[in-house]
Amino acid sequence: MSSTTKKSLEITTPSDEEIRITRSFDAPRMMVWDAYTRPELVKRWLGQMPGWSWAECEMDVRVGGKYRWAWRGPEGAELGLGGVYREVVPGERLVSTERYDQSWYEGDAVGTVVFTEAQGRTTLVTTLRYGSKQIRDSVLQSPATSGMESGYALLDELLASTTAA
Amino acid sequence: MQPSGYGNLSDGRLDATFAALADPTRRAILARLASGEASVRELTEPFAMSQAAVSKHLKVLERAGLISRAQDAQRRPRRLEAEPLAEANEWLERYRQFWEDSYGRLDVLLAEMKQATTTKRPRGGSRATTKRKGR
Repeated sequence: MSSTTKKSLEITTPSDEEIRITRSFDAPRMMVWDAYTRPELVKRWLGQMPGWSWAECEMDVRVGGKYRWAWRGPEGAELGLGGVYREVVPGERLVSTERYDQSWYEGDAVGTVVFTEAQGRTTLVTTLRYGSKQIRDSVLQSPATSGMESGYALLDELLASTTAA
Repeated sequence: MQPSGYGNLSDGRLDATFAALADPTRRAILARLASGEASVRELTEPFAMSQAAVSKHLKVLERAGLISRAQDAQRRPRRLEAEPLAEANEWLERYRQFWEDSYGRLDVLLAEMKQATTTKRPRGGSRATTKRKGR
Protein backbone atom coordinates (compact mmCIF):
# COMPACT_ATOMS: atom_id res chain seq x y z
CA MET A 1 0.00 0.00 0.00
CA SER A 2 1.33 3.36 -0.98
CA SER A 3 -0.59 5.25 1.62
CA THR A 4 0.10 5.36 5.31
CA THR A 5 -3.48 6.29 6.15
CA LYS A 6 -4.63 4.41 9.16
CA LYS A 7 -6.67 1.41 8.29
CA SER A 8 -7.70 0.72 11.82
CA LEU A 9 -11.09 1.68 13.08
CA GLU A 10 -11.32 4.70 15.31
CA ILE A 11 -14.25 5.33 17.59
CA THR A 12 -14.40 8.72 19.24
CA THR A 13 -16.91 11.01 20.94
CA PRO A 14 -16.54 14.44 19.28
CA SER A 15 -19.33 16.01 21.37
CA ASP A 16 -21.67 15.02 24.14
CA GLU A 17 -24.35 13.78 21.77
CA GLU A 18 -22.20 12.10 19.18
CA ILE A 19 -20.29 8.96 18.35
CA ARG A 20 -17.86 9.04 15.45
CA ILE A 21 -16.43 6.06 13.62
CA THR A 22 -13.55 6.61 11.22
CA ARG A 23 -12.01 4.14 8.84
CA SER A 24 -10.21 4.39 5.51
CA PHE A 25 -10.49 2.11 2.51
CA ASP A 26 -8.26 1.33 -0.39
CA ALA A 27 -10.69 2.45 -3.07
CA PRO A 28 -11.88 5.67 -4.70
CA ARG A 29 -14.83 7.35 -3.06
CA MET A 30 -17.40 6.74 -5.79
CA MET A 31 -16.71 3.06 -5.43
CA VAL A 32 -17.10 3.22 -1.67
CA TRP A 33 -20.29 5.21 -2.21
CA ASP A 34 -21.68 2.45 -4.40
CA ALA A 35 -20.78 -0.20 -1.87
CA TYR A 36 -22.50 1.91 0.75
CA THR A 37 -25.69 2.77 -1.07
CA ARG A 38 -26.62 -0.14 -3.31
CA PRO A 39 -28.56 -2.78 -1.40
CA GLU A 40 -27.11 -5.74 -3.27
CA LEU A 41 -23.64 -4.53 -2.30
CA VAL A 42 -24.55 -3.44 1.22
CA LYS A 43 -25.84 -6.94 1.89
CA ARG A 44 -22.39 -8.30 1.26
CA TRP A 45 -20.64 -6.45 4.03
CA LEU A 46 -22.88 -4.81 6.58
CA GLY A 47 -23.49 -6.51 9.89
CA GLN A 48 -23.23 -10.18 9.18
CA MET A 49 -22.95 -11.30 12.75
CA PRO A 50 -22.23 -15.02 13.15
CA GLY A 51 -25.51 -16.92 13.19
CA TRP A 52 -27.43 -14.00 11.68
CA SER A 53 -28.66 -13.52 8.15
CA TRP A 54 -30.32 -10.75 6.21
CA ALA A 55 -34.09 -10.60 6.39
CA GLU A 56 -34.61 -7.24 4.66
CA CYS A 57 -32.34 -4.80 2.91
CA GLU A 58 -34.20 -2.02 1.18
CA MET A 59 -32.73 1.35 0.38
CA ASP A 60 -34.29 4.15 -1.61
CA VAL A 61 -31.27 6.43 -1.63
CA ARG A 62 -32.68 9.88 -2.39
CA VAL A 63 -33.79 12.74 -0.19
CA GLY A 64 -36.96 11.65 1.57
CA GLY A 65 -36.42 8.01 0.55
CA LYS A 66 -36.57 5.29 3.15
CA TYR A 67 -34.29 2.45 4.07
CA ARG A 68 -34.83 -0.64 6.12
CA TRP A 69 -32.40 -3.26 7.29
CA ALA A 70 -33.31 -6.35 9.26
CA TRP A 71 -31.50 -9.49 10.29
CA ARG A 72 -32.71 -12.78 11.62
CA GLY A 73 -30.73 -14.54 14.28
CA PRO A 74 -30.65 -17.61 16.45
CA GLU A 75 -33.85 -18.70 18.21
CA GLY A 76 -36.09 -16.42 16.18
CA ALA A 77 -34.31 -13.28 17.27
CA GLU A 78 -34.75 -10.26 15.01
CA LEU A 79 -32.89 -7.03 14.71
CA GLY A 80 -34.30 -4.31 12.51
CA LEU A 81 -33.74 -0.65 11.93
CA GLY A 82 -34.59 1.95 9.40
CA GLY A 83 -35.00 5.60 8.64
CA VAL A 84 -35.23 8.31 6.03
CA TYR A 85 -32.49 9.88 3.91
CA ARG A 86 -32.12 13.57 4.53
CA GLU A 87 -29.14 14.49 2.39
CA VAL A 88 -27.74 12.54 -0.52
CA VAL A 89 -24.63 13.86 -2.26
CA PRO A 90 -23.15 10.96 -4.23
CA GLY A 91 -19.54 10.31 -3.34
CA GLU A 92 -19.57 12.94 -0.63
CA ARG A 93 -22.23 12.87 1.97
CA LEU A 94 -25.11 10.74 3.17
CA VAL A 95 -27.34 11.84 6.02
CA SER A 96 -30.13 9.66 7.35
CA THR A 97 -32.23 9.13 10.42
CA GLU A 98 -31.92 5.89 12.31
CA ARG A 99 -34.31 4.08 14.55
CA TYR A 100 -34.31 0.54 15.86
CA ASP A 101 -37.48 -1.53 15.95
CA GLN A 102 -36.84 -2.16 19.59
CA SER A 103 -35.48 1.23 20.38
CA TRP A 104 -34.56 1.79 23.97
CA TYR A 105 -34.13 5.53 23.63
CA GLU A 106 -36.35 8.45 22.66
CA GLY A 107 -36.41 9.82 19.16
CA ASP A 108 -34.34 9.15 16.09
CA ALA A 109 -30.61 9.25 15.82
CA VAL A 110 -29.14 11.04 12.82
CA GLY A 111 -26.24 9.46 11.00
CA THR A 112 -23.93 11.45 8.74
CA VAL A 113 -21.42 9.66 6.57
CA VAL A 114 -18.75 11.80 4.92
CA PHE A 115 -16.62 10.36 2.12
CA THR A 116 -13.25 11.97 1.40
CA GLU A 117 -10.65 10.71 -1.02
CA ALA A 118 -6.91 11.23 -1.01
CA GLN A 119 -4.42 9.35 -3.17
CA GLY A 120 -6.98 6.82 -4.22
CA ARG A 121 -8.00 6.01 -0.66
CA THR A 122 -11.31 6.94 0.84
CA THR A 123 -11.89 7.83 4.44
CA LEU A 124 -15.36 7.27 5.81
CA VAL A 125 -16.33 9.34 8.79
CA THR A 126 -19.63 8.22 10.25
CA THR A 127 -21.09 10.45 12.92
CA LEU A 128 -24.14 9.36 14.86
CA ARG A 129 -25.92 12.13 16.68
CA TYR A 130 -28.39 11.26 19.40
CA GLY A 131 -31.00 13.45 21.01
CA SER A 132 -29.08 13.95 24.20
CA LYS A 133 -25.92 13.12 26.03
CA GLN A 134 -27.75 10.51 28.11
CA ILE A 135 -28.92 8.71 25.02
CA ARG A 136 -25.51 8.90 23.44
CA ASP A 137 -23.94 7.53 26.60
CA SER A 138 -26.47 4.76 26.88
CA VAL A 139 -25.74 3.84 23.28
CA LEU A 140 -22.04 4.18 23.29
CA GLN A 141 -21.72 3.90 26.98
CA SER A 142 -18.30 5.33 26.94
CA PRO A 143 -16.88 7.36 29.77
CA ALA A 144 -18.02 10.66 28.38
CA THR A 145 -15.05 12.93 28.02
CA SER A 146 -12.24 10.49 27.64
CA GLY A 147 -13.48 8.65 24.60
CA MET A 148 -13.82 5.00 24.00
CA GLU A 149 -10.16 4.10 23.92
CA SER A 150 -9.53 5.31 27.42
CA GLY A 151 -12.78 3.70 28.43
CA TYR A 152 -11.32 0.45 27.20
CA ALA A 153 -8.03 1.14 28.87
CA LEU A 154 -9.76 1.76 32.17
CA LEU A 155 -11.88 -1.35 31.87
CA ASP A 156 -8.88 -3.42 30.89
CA GLU A 157 -6.98 -2.09 33.84
CA LEU A 158 -9.85 -2.73 36.22
CA LEU A 159 -10.45 -6.18 34.86
CA ALA A 160 -6.78 -7.05 35.03
CA SER A 161 -6.49 -5.94 38.60
CA THR A 162 -9.69 -7.61 39.74
CA THR A 163 -8.83 -10.92 38.24
CA ALA A 164 -5.35 -10.66 39.74
CA ALA A 165 -6.78 -9.85 43.18
CA MET B 1 -26.12 1.02 13.08
CA GLN B 2 -24.82 -1.01 15.89
CA PRO B 3 -25.27 -4.40 17.34
CA SER B 4 -27.41 -3.40 20.27
CA GLY B 5 -30.29 -5.73 19.70
CA TYR B 6 -28.50 -9.01 19.87
CA GLY B 7 -26.61 -10.80 22.56
CA ASN B 8 -27.87 -11.79 25.93
CA LEU B 9 -26.67 -8.97 28.07
CA SER B 10 -29.04 -7.76 30.69
CA ASP B 11 -29.65 -4.34 29.21
CA GLY B 12 -30.92 -2.64 32.31
CA ARG B 13 -27.88 -3.59 34.25
CA LEU B 14 -25.64 -2.59 31.40
CA ASP B 15 -27.25 0.84 31.33
CA ALA B 16 -26.64 1.18 35.02
CA THR B 17 -23.06 0.07 34.61
CA PHE B 18 -22.30 2.59 31.91
CA ALA B 19 -24.19 5.39 33.57
CA ALA B 20 -22.08 4.70 36.62
CA LEU B 21 -18.90 4.69 34.55
CA ALA B 22 -19.74 7.95 32.80
CA ASP B 23 -18.63 10.05 35.77
CA PRO B 24 -14.92 10.76 36.30
CA THR B 25 -15.13 10.69 40.09
CA ARG B 26 -16.76 7.29 40.00
CA ARG B 27 -14.14 6.02 37.59
CA ALA B 28 -11.46 7.27 39.95
CA ILE B 29 -13.17 5.50 42.84
CA LEU B 30 -13.25 2.27 40.84
CA ALA B 31 -9.61 2.67 39.92
CA ARG B 32 -8.79 3.09 43.60
CA LEU B 33 -10.85 0.02 44.54
CA ALA B 34 -9.10 -1.97 41.84
CA SER B 35 -6.03 -1.92 44.03
CA GLY B 36 -7.95 -3.23 47.04
CA GLU B 37 -10.96 -2.55 49.24
CA ALA B 38 -11.25 0.77 51.03
CA SER B 39 -13.51 2.52 53.51
CA VAL B 40 -15.59 5.57 52.63
CA ARG B 41 -13.15 7.75 54.54
CA GLU B 42 -10.19 6.33 52.63
CA LEU B 43 -12.03 6.81 49.37
CA THR B 44 -12.83 10.44 50.21
CA GLU B 45 -9.22 11.44 50.89
CA PRO B 46 -8.03 11.95 47.28
CA PHE B 47 -11.08 14.04 46.34
CA ALA B 48 -11.88 17.65 47.05
CA MET B 49 -15.37 16.73 48.14
CA SER B 50 -17.28 15.80 51.23
CA GLN B 51 -17.73 12.28 52.49
CA ALA B 52 -21.44 12.73 51.79
CA ALA B 53 -20.75 13.52 48.15
CA VAL B 54 -18.50 10.49 47.83
CA SER B 55 -21.17 8.37 49.50
CA LYS B 56 -23.61 9.44 46.80
CA HIS B 57 -21.22 8.24 44.13
CA LEU B 58 -20.73 5.00 46.02
CA LYS B 59 -24.48 4.48 46.08
CA VAL B 60 -24.62 4.78 42.28
CA LEU B 61 -21.78 2.32 41.92
CA GLU B 62 -23.41 -0.03 44.36
CA ARG B 63 -26.76 0.12 42.57
CA ALA B 64 -24.96 -0.71 39.33
CA GLY B 65 -23.48 -3.73 41.06
CA LEU B 66 -19.99 -2.43 40.44
CA ILE B 67 -19.04 -2.41 44.10
CA SER B 68 -20.19 -4.12 47.24
CA ARG B 69 -19.65 -3.78 50.96
CA ALA B 70 -17.36 -6.19 52.71
CA GLN B 71 -18.31 -7.90 55.94
CA ASP B 72 -16.27 -5.77 58.33
CA ALA B 73 -19.10 -3.98 60.15
CA GLN B 74 -16.92 -1.21 61.54
CA ARG B 75 -15.27 0.12 58.39
CA ARG B 76 -17.81 -1.12 55.88
CA PRO B 77 -15.09 -1.19 53.22
CA ARG B 78 -16.20 -1.12 49.61
CA ARG B 79 -14.83 -3.55 47.09
CA LEU B 80 -14.94 -3.85 43.34
CA GLU B 81 -17.23 -6.39 41.67
CA ALA B 82 -15.75 -7.73 38.48
CA GLU B 83 -18.75 -9.17 36.66
CA PRO B 84 -20.64 -6.04 35.54
CA LEU B 85 -17.41 -4.59 34.26
CA ALA B 86 -16.76 -7.71 32.28
CA GLU B 87 -20.24 -7.38 30.74
CA ALA B 88 -19.67 -3.74 29.91
CA ASN B 89 -16.38 -4.56 28.32
CA GLU B 90 -17.97 -7.30 26.31
CA TRP B 91 -20.58 -4.88 25.00
CA LEU B 92 -17.98 -2.34 23.92
CA GLU B 93 -16.01 -5.10 22.32
CA ARG B 94 -19.06 -6.18 20.34
CA TYR B 95 -19.70 -2.66 19.11
CA ARG B 96 -16.15 -2.40 17.83
CA GLN B 97 -16.25 -5.94 16.51
CA PHE B 98 -19.44 -5.23 14.58
CA TRP B 99 -17.81 -2.39 12.70
CA GLU B 100 -14.46 -4.07 12.29
CA ASP B 101 -16.09 -7.16 10.83
CA SER B 102 -18.38 -5.17 8.56
CA TYR B 103 -15.61 -2.91 7.30
CA GLY B 104 -13.33 -5.90 6.84
CA ARG B 105 -15.89 -7.37 4.47
CA LEU B 106 -16.24 -4.00 2.77
CA ASP B 107 -12.49 -4.11 2.08
CA VAL B 108 -12.93 -7.45 0.36
CA LEU B 109 -15.90 -6.20 -1.66
CA LEU B 110 -14.06 -3.04 -2.74
CA ALA B 111 -11.06 -5.10 -3.84
CA GLU B 112 -13.42 -7.18 -5.98
CA MET B 113 -15.04 -4.09 -7.43
CA LYS B 114 -11.64 -2.64 -8.30
CA GLN B 115 -10.67 -5.89 -9.89
CA ALA B 116 -13.84 -5.84 -11.98
CA THR B 117 -13.25 -2.28 -13.19
CA THR B 118 -9.59 -2.88 -14.04
CA THR B 119 -10.50 -5.97 -16.01
CA LYS B 120 -13.01 -3.92 -17.94
CA ARG B 121 -10.65 -1.00 -18.36
CA PRO B 122 -7.07 -2.26 -18.43
CA ARG B 123 -5.56 1.14 -17.58
CA GLY B 124 -7.43 1.04 -14.30
CA GLY B 125 -8.80 4.55 -14.18
CA SER B 126 -9.65 5.08 -10.56
CA ARG B 127 -12.71 7.15 -11.42
CA ALA B 128 -14.37 4.34 -13.32
CA THR B 129 -16.27 3.18 -10.35
CA THR B 130 -19.88 2.74 -11.18
CA LYS B 131 -20.02 -0.73 -12.43
CA ARG B 132 -23.71 -1.28 -12.80
CA LYS B 133 -24.02 -4.93 -12.58
CA GLY B 134 -27.26 -6.29 -11.25
CA ARG B 135 -26.84 -9.18 -8.88
